[in-house]
Amino acid sequence: MIFEGKAWVFGDNIDTDAIIAARYLSTSEPAELAKHLMEDIKPDFPGLVSPGDILVGGENFGCGSSREHAPLAIKGAGVSCVIARSFARIFYRNAINIGLPIMECHEDLAGIESGSDRLRVDLEQGTITQLQTGHVYKAEPFPPFMQEIINRGGLVEYVKARINPAG
Amino acid sequence: MSTGNGSEIGSTEFGSTMVEKILAAKAGKEKVVPGNLVNTKIDLALGNDITAPVAIKEFGRFEVDEVFDPEKIVLVPDHFTPNKDIASAEQALLIRNFAEKYKIKHYYEIGRMGIEHALLPEQGLIRPGEVIIGADSHTCTYGALGAFATGVGSTDLAAAMVIGEAWFKVPATMRFEYRGSLPEWVGGKDLILFTIGQIGVSGARYRAMEFAGTAISQLSMDGRLTMANMAIEAGGKCGYIQPDQVTFDYLKDRMTVPYEAVYSDQDALYEQVFEYDISRLEPQIAFPPSPDNVYPVSEAKGIDLQQVVIGSCTNGRIEDLRIAAAVIKKKKVHPGVRMLVIPATQQIYRQALEEGLLSIFVDAEAAVSTPTCGPCLGGHMGILARGEKALATTNRNFVGRMGHPESEVYLSGPAVAAASAVAGKIVHPEEVI
Repeated sequence: MIFEGKAWVFGDNIDTDAIIAARYLSTSEPAELAKHLMEDIKPDFPGLVSPGDILVGGENFGCGSSREHAPLAIKGAGVSCVIARSFARIFYRNAINIGLPIMECHEDLAGIESGSDRLRVDLEQGTITQLQTGHVYKAEPFPPFMQEIINRGGLVEYVKARINPAG
Repeated sequence: MSTGNGSEIGSTEFGSTMVEKILAAKAGKEKVVPGNLVNTKIDLALGNDITAPVAIKEFGRFEVDEVFDPEKIVLVPDHFTPNKDIASAEQALLIRNFAEKYKIKHYYEIGRMGIEHALLPEQGLIRPGEVIIGADSHTCTYGALGAFATGVGSTDLAAAMVIGEAWFKVPATMRFEYRGSLPEWVGGKDLILFTIGQIGVSGARYRAMEFAGTAISQLSMDGRLTMANMAIEAGGKCGYIQPDQVTFDYLKDRMTVPYEAVYSDQDALYEQVFEYDISRLEPQIAFPPSPDNVYPVSEAKGIDLQQVVIGSCTNGRIEDLRIAAAVIKKKKVHPGVRMLVIPATQQIYRQALEEGLLSIFVDAEAAVSTPTCGPCLGGHMGILARGEKALATTNRNFVGRMGHPESEVYLSGPAVAAASAVAGKIVHPEEVI
């Protein structure tokens, strides 16, 4: 899978309350949640983010609450992929389980300009290319087991295939 | 201080930690080491009124007629309940109907329920040596009883309800040893806040946290549950305390089925070992906007407060209410402060009633509520306005956590919270006693 889009850069320890505040958890509709994506830390963000855009986080992206509404809100905004230096483990699981592409990149991503730089992300190759400069960052490819969940489009389809191989 | 044998992690030449042994047993393997991917049987799967509706929707996609085991699923409407609006009532209705349709044994209705992570141990649903997942990040609380318990998302819960299994990467373990005796006014909350302050909110990311040492042996089960509860605030996959007499005494009257306690081997391999002498530790305060922004109370004195909350899955248990009541007895909440006291379960509520604690709070002019997560996550029952400051015995103080994005939350244990409600500002309990 290859994605191209505008980068939006966030800092370290972006928590799931910041991604989607609890006051909006009376729904789980991705499009509805997307209207409030990152609202408490970047109030204008829901109006700025466009389908295909790429989120770039620092360390421990998605820490805090287990709310699956966080990756759902990101998916609902049409974000194609999330890159971070590291992810909090429940967010990481949730993103894979719902089929939101994510990738860990341990290189310093500070040179990426938020809201203007365009990136190309290649999940299979594990590369992130800054399109204006051509600079390539190396990322961590998924273990085969997780890659299979992603290839099937999420955990539900993966488990269905396992319990009913003929189906 | 930190020592470690981390370079050997993954080696099979050493003994195993409690978590490695539990995961190996439930995966049907002789031995596992950190980094192994395992598929394990689940002894209990939990959801609440925010996460279960999403899980139920995903469950529908499996097109199955039944859950894997109606006795091993727990559904607790505790977050937006008693329901705050129509949308949250619809979510609660969804899980109520699901529980009825699939004959879920452990569904707890309003009036019988409590905050999930206080309720499940109290009801005897948590046993040492078990694997428990919950679609709630504070599921790690149950490690206090020697179980492997970890938070997952709604889709994981949905799959577990179908197949009774989940996949895990075996975590490396960090050991935390607390030497010395607990000083007066210092409890489990102070130990865990101090620890998070030391290692940071991602300090134990993907790791298991083993809590041990003389101070832990002295700690009550309520204090232990508080510590394990906040392992997630350091990024931990789980936090646990190996079973001992405190554990067995707690389980004695609650357990009707046998269980087998699991312990770390003497030669278990830890990624890191931290040793803290806590005999002079002060009560700890986490400043906004992060649980690792921790200072001793002496450096937090004088911060004005508009609200104090005593409750939550972290500190809403009977011991917390006893400590708060002892501090606030025959005193009044400061006129500039709203104090909310939220016993975490119906049983704790009744016990507090019988012990006269609720009268103490009401006489002090605190508001006492039925069990709910409510204000902890900015859901309802105590939302903050712009610019307001709260001191809470809860677990998170992120931006906007309890209300307006420009409000602020400080975290502490129950003694400091009760004393500060009287003073109208953050104080050491000794200043009002």
